[in-house]
Amino acid sequence: MSVLVLAEVDNGALSPATGRIVAASAELGAVDLLVLGDAAAAQAAAAIAGVQKVLLAASEPMADAISGLLETLAPSYTYLVAAASTLGKDVMPRLAARLDIQPVTDIVAIESPNRFVRPIYAGNALETVSDPQPRHVLTIRASAFRPASGGNAAPVETLSTPVASAARFIAAHRTESDIPDLATAQIVVGGGVSVGSADGFKLIEQLGKTLGAAVGATRAAVDAGYAPNDWQVGQTGKIIAPDLYIAVGISGALQHLAGIQGAKKIVAINTDAEAPIAKIADVVLIGDLFEIVPQLIAELENQGLKR
Amino acid sequence: MKILVAVKRVVDHNVRIRVRPDGSGVETSGVRMSMNPFCKHAVEAAVQLAEAGQASEIVVVSIGPKASNDVILTALAMGAQRGILLETDASLETLAIAKLLAKVVEEEQPDLVLLGKQAVDDDSNHVGQMLAALTNRPQATFASEIKLGDGRLEVTREVDYGRETVNLPLPAIVTADLRLNTPRNAALPMVMKARSKPLAVRPAADFGVDLTPRLAVEKVSPPAERVTGRTLGSVSELAAVIAAEINAMEAI
Repeated sequence: MSVLVLAEVDNGALSPATGRIVAASAELGAVDLLVLGDAAAAQAAAAIAGVQKVLLAASEPMADAISGLLETLAPSYTYLVAAASTLGKDVMPRLAARLDIQPVTDIVAIESPNRFVRPIYAGNALETVSDPQPRHVLTIRASAFRPASGGNAAPVETLSTPVASAARFIAAHRTESDIPDLATAQIVVGGGVSVGSADGFKLIEQLGKTLGAAVGATRAAVDAGYAPNDWQVGQTGKIIAPDLYIAVGISGALQHLAGIQGAKKIVAINTDAEAPIAKIADVVLIGDLFEIVPQLIAELENQGLKR
Repeated sequence: MKILVAVKRVVDHNVRIRVRPDGSGVETSGVRMSMNPFCKHAVEAAVQLAEAGQASEIVVVSIGPKASNDVILTALAMGAQRGILLETDASLETLAIAKLLAKVVEEEQPDLVLLGKQAVDDDSNHVGQMLAALTNRPQATFASEIKLGDGRLEVTREVDYGRETVNLPLPAIVTADLRLNTPRNAALPMVMKARSKPLAVRPAADFGVDLTPRLAVEKVSPPAERVTGRTLGSVSELAAVIAAEINAMEAI
């Protein structure tokens, strides 16, 4: 049983999600990793424990080209796997339809090589499905799995199978930030609409910086223009599972809770003790975030906490 | 340009769903249903293209039980011209849905097919991409902006790192993200008018597509409950909790 995993490469660098997808996929069989990009990303991929071989290919960053490339490789593999990221979501269903396979996506647990658990209804229910198809197309939720370790030195093989796209890539509009990747961060600080403004969000970012945390936002905060879209955490944004989630000024709409249910510990800072977030948080502090957050940053810094 | 919009009837997204005690699924009888929110964004995008003089006809299609007529009527009231219901009481997998839609695309020959990026019941996010594969058309998923010009579409997509812009030749498939637009509410006169618009009801079984499920749903269970935690009295206590948490994390 062999597994082909599509690596996540962002801006030329291998994304931390890839190690988690490899670790999850290793339960299914020997893993080959397809890297679209350059030799540096392929070298980083070769170091992930559990990778048998890295396939390096050039491809246009378009779903039809990438799924076309995967289709040419598919006959050698029992499992075709990607992260449930915007890339994996874009490419894998297209590939599955080409191969006449019903895919299983956004997997949060692998119970056996053909039995998977995935959330439905915004994470308010978990569906266990068995997949008796001879081959499997899967996407895996990176935040639900631990990362693989490093230290491997798998061989890298360069493919020369150019696959054209009918579409053209015009431009990337990247949210520049030096903060950790939201989908795989150990600590995430999230801000809601109560933060009040884009300036108010600077306070959230400052707390994030103190903790070495990624920064997330609710849909309402994003819609209000306080935070960029790609910070959105929830059913339709990113699904996170950090060790610690600090929800600041977030009431806890169903849609947002869907994105944080996997968090190990949830801390809520809120004025309303009756807010839904206060009901599910492990630790709650009731009060005004504009008073609490600066004090908290000062206390943490006093304790010499700097990550 | 002719546009086909696919819409789905789902449990209203404001309803707090209940898992059936026997694990057979989510309780859907006697629960408020409505058009999947992302489908509304797709219908709105089609209507806006028509209002800008860039679309000549909007056809709306849904697959599901007779009651799905409701969501087709909603789309007609928002501005679509005619509806098609592929009627079935079976619960279909996304691959079967995409195959049925591919048959409709073959019949209708739309220049653009608009769908929502995902349905809020199964949360699959498959059908647009599968339909693009089956009809051999280019796709732009998670669209937050659509511009038409010169037989091509310029679409801005919401992606993990921010946004990206792609250019697609028509015919193409586009799936709508939240930020594409603000769907209109159909005014009562429009709803009344929608009832006189053509709506063809056809059995899904007549399309020659194998609708047998490929996967077996073994059980549906509620997520692990989180227990209510404790309320702290001061910022110092909170700082101590966070510091302890981080120390435990780094010890691993």
